[in-house]
Amino acid sequence: MSALDVRAVTKTYGEGTTAVHALVDVDLTVEPGEFVAVMGPSGSGKSTLLTIAGSLEEPTSGSVRVGGRDLAALGRRGRERLRRREVGYVFQDFNLLAGLSAAENVALPLELDGVPAGRAAATARAALDDLGLAEGLDRFPDELSGGERQRVAIARAVVGERRLLLADEPTGALDSANGEGVMRLIRAVGARGVATVVATHDAQLAAWADRVVFLRDGRMVDRTGARPDPATLLGTGTEA
Amino acid sequence: MSVRHALLALLSEGPKYGLQLRTEFEDRTGEVWPLNVGQVYQTLQRLERDGLVTSDDDDGVDGGPQKGFRITGAGRDELDAWLRTPAIDVAPPRDELVIKVLVALRLPGVDLAEVVQVHRRHLVELMQQYTRLKEDASPDDVSLGLVADAELFRLDAVVRWLDAAEARARQAPPGEPAPVTSRPRLPRRIGAGR
Repeated sequence: MSALDVRAVTKTYGEGTTAVHALVDVDLTVEPGEFVAVMGPSGSGKSTLLTIAGSLEEPTSGSVRVGGRDLAALGRRGRERLRRREVGYVFQDFNLLAGLSAAENVALPLELDGVPAGRAAATARAALDDLGLAEGLDRFPDELSGGERQRVAIARAVVGERRLLLADEPTGALDSANGEGVMRLIRAVGARGVATVVATHDAQLAAWADRVVFLRDGRMVDRTGARPDPATLLGTGTEA
Repeated sequence: MSVRHALLALLSEGPKYGLQLRTEFEDRTGEVWPLNVGQVYQTLQRLERDGLVTSDDDDGVDGGPQKGFRITGAGRDELDAWLRTPAIDVAPPRDELVIKVLVALRLPGVDLAEVVQVHRRHLVELMQQYTRLKEDASPDDVSLGLVADAELFRLDAVVRWLDAAEARARQAPPGEPAPVTSRPRLPRRIGAGR
């Protein structure tokens, strides 16, 4: 069963001559543990695709299934529960609450979902530890570097039983070393079975994905093949 | 890339044999740039002729296939000067991809965005390979990380140029492209290519 299955999704804002077609007949399937990058310039529809995949917005037509369940059939309450329990979101910034420590930020979605505080805190610490983020658990966001903040945001997005991680330009303004740290963490999350979709305009970021799909004017215009084997690079370099 | 100076750099650490030089060169470039033995010995011969290295032969010792090489004072000076010499020329190379996009822009019936996308996809696939090379490498392998990064930044620059080219072409007013003669001329030196 696919972690995410987007079928023939169209999203139109407005009507008639002023209508804006943000997405036109888009298909996207992501398997558990798979990492897909959606690459396109700003205005290409990649953020809209993420918000629809994460049920933050509804498509004008087409269907979205998360973990095999049709979002339209779930109803409002069902979708809310799915957003709280199964889907994690990471945005470019404004990810962490300033008044909570790193560990408390990660525990927050669990507590909001009714997990008792003690158990939520323990699960959060285990998640941070598992992702190599054990240091700085009790520091507040303004005491963390930009790269550390974003890694904590990713831990929060996948804490508990979340199976789908949706990230919109997750390395935003980070320098390349910190950006790489975030991407390595996303791959580590994928190795634990979480399906990931990253929207980005940045080819260096997209290159971490198993597959890259290209959006232009709301349409999926192209895609790469399966992640190529780097062995073909060795021994083919430019000679002297 | 300069095999000559790479060999001088390896010899600056101490005397070495030809085969050893080849192995160390490949190790340090993450095996991305292979060298054949012939290239190594040919380059060593020239370095010896130019007085930048000496070999066991010069000392009257018959080293046979295990001939040792040492860097000379002149070799160290040459290496030092090379490290500080800028490696990027002023005149841009005649870039085939730039030419293809320029042709696609003017050729009737050709969809520029589609041509650009074919190249973009190819570049991103290459970048996926270099990223995986870096991801799979041991964190201790700084050389491989550096070589992979160099390729990733270079390929990324080309992707960004394609993005910019596509955006620029979109913004251009519809209709026939302006005739070539109305374009401002590039300064001769920059446009000359190589």
